[in-house]
Amino acid sequence: MVVTLLISIGIISLISVFLAILLVIADATIGNYGVVKISINDGSKELEVQGGQPLLKALNQEGVFIPSACGGRGSCGLCKVRVVTGGGEYLPTELPWISDKERQNNVRLSCQFKVKQDVAIVIPEELFLVKQFTTVVESIRDLTHDIKEVRLRLKDPKEITPKAGQYIQFEVPEYELTDERVYRAYSMASSPDDKNHVELEIRLVPNGICTTYVHKHLKEGDEIIINGPYGDFFLRDTDKNIIFIAGGSGMAPIKSMLLDMERKGITRKASYFFGARSKRDLFLLEEMHALEEKMPNFTFIPALSEPQEEDNWDGEVGLITDVVRRMVSEASNSEAYLCGSPGMIDACIKVLDEVGVLPENIFYDKFS
Amino acid sequence: MTDSLLPFAVFFASIFTGNILLTNYLGMCSFLSVSKELKTSTGLGMAVIFVMATTTPLNWIVYQYLLIPFGLEYLRFIVFIIVIAAFVQLTEMTLERYSEPLYQSLGIFLPLITVNCAILGVSLFMVIREYTLLTSFFFGLGSGIGWFIAIIAMAGIRQKLKNAKIPPGLEGPGITLVIAGFMAMAFMGFSGMIAIS
Repeated sequence: MVVTLLISIGIISLISVFLAILLVIADATIGNYGVVKISINDGSKELEVQGGQPLLKALNQEGVFIPSACGGRGSCGLCKVRVVTGGGEYLPTELPWISDKERQNNVRLSCQFKVKQDVAIVIPEELFLVKQFTTVVESIRDLTHDIKEVRLRLKDPKEITPKAGQYIQFEVPEYELTDERVYRAYSMASSPDDKNHVELEIRLVPNGICTTYVHKHLKEGDEIIINGPYGDFFLRDTDKNIIFIAGGSGMAPIKSMLLDMERKGITRKASYFFGARSKRDLFLLEEMHALEEKMPNFTFIPALSEPQEEDNWDGEVGLITDVVRRMVSEASNSEAYLCGSPGMIDACIKVLDEVGVLPENIFYDKFS
Repeated sequence: MTDSLLPFAVFFASIFTGNILLTNYLGMCSFLSVSKELKTSTGLGMAVIFVMATTTPLNWIVYQYLLIPFGLEYLRFIVFIIVIAAFVQLTEMTLERYSEPLYQSLGIFLPLITVNCAILGVSLFMVIREYTLLTSFFFGLGSGIGWFIAIIAMAGIRQKLKNAKIPPGLEGPGITLVIAGFMAMAFMGFSGMIAIS
């Protein structure tokens, strides 16, 4: 009995040890691609990484973050990178995400593409500034019945250097609505001057994975991972007049831009049209009026589309597009910055076109 | 039938009369989930042919020269699984390194079939039916080809099915299982040609 036991253990161990040794040898020889070089943007940055791993992971380890919503599972198709040399053939797992045009330009899905030899890649310059931050929720407050302001204190690294109007990605951990980590983009509402904090304005969307998490589960003191900053929605350095238009939580990037203007002493003429349904959807009115005091060339124009009787509203009434059309005339020397729902933005672009704003001077951040 | 012809008889029998998928219903999970497109089905089918044809003789050697001499036949389940897993892993690494085109077409399917029950099933049938090494190889190869034929036939049908009206309750795996049943009945027409034992 004991002998049989020993023999069976011996044989199984023998087979396992043999196969394990075989695999270890294989991993060290066949699976070892050595150290490979990644040259980014014509050699403006050179990285040396262990070969054989996905490009996304290799870049992440070296502190270069490519936006990815699924975290490298090949299910979101966001982490595209142009691989100039050393690309090789496309993998079947990449093809569903790559258009014909991208194929001609050697655009690869960086979470699937494995670096096996020296490669040269091209990524947008600003991605060098993108980092991953561990943050702590410092405060959460209700701005309206369905919008919360979340203030995050950066813990590691401690400082972020965004441009006013850019966004970050918020990592939602696994919880009842999602069984994997997901990432959602939110504009920063804080002034870029405040390098240790990030403020977000998040409106509750019924069954929204991230918004439900923030509204129902997030508590002060919780740890949250974000990465950023991203985006090309920021104030252009010109002397044109400015038209800001926002609705709901579209307030966030505009507020950040205004705080930045105030701090830098920019005195360009600026009007801010903020659309809401009724008075209970308005917020940060005092802050905006305080900014009006400090910046003589700035006017804040809140407008209600459906004011209720108890609101006692004596401000502008109507859809934000109608208000803009009514109040703005001859705006060919103006830039417009819009943030809100796709429907609102499309409607506003039409109106801005009517009043003479040039298409190349209209910048927007569409919720999606 | 003479012994020298047995390997070939087993080869044809395992493709048609004793098709591992359609008569034993083994390897259903990947059969149901990967048979949506002809192209991916072909890749998976080829990978199954390769792994069956190679692991069956490999397991035969391990069984005859390691397990039987020590009277450890009952360990065959665990040993076969370990051997298959290690071999598939090794093949995947080799393909990834040395053959880009093969890795493109087969490589990504290999991890999928490591634990495919049809692969283990073939090794176990080989033991029960007391095949020789040569016969085991042909049995593995034939079973792989049989599985390949079944999955591409299914993929061909399912591609046409996209435009068909299917009762809501039968959509997806439901209708696929019904079709697999019809195919199995069709393959029964081959029975009697060659008996497999």
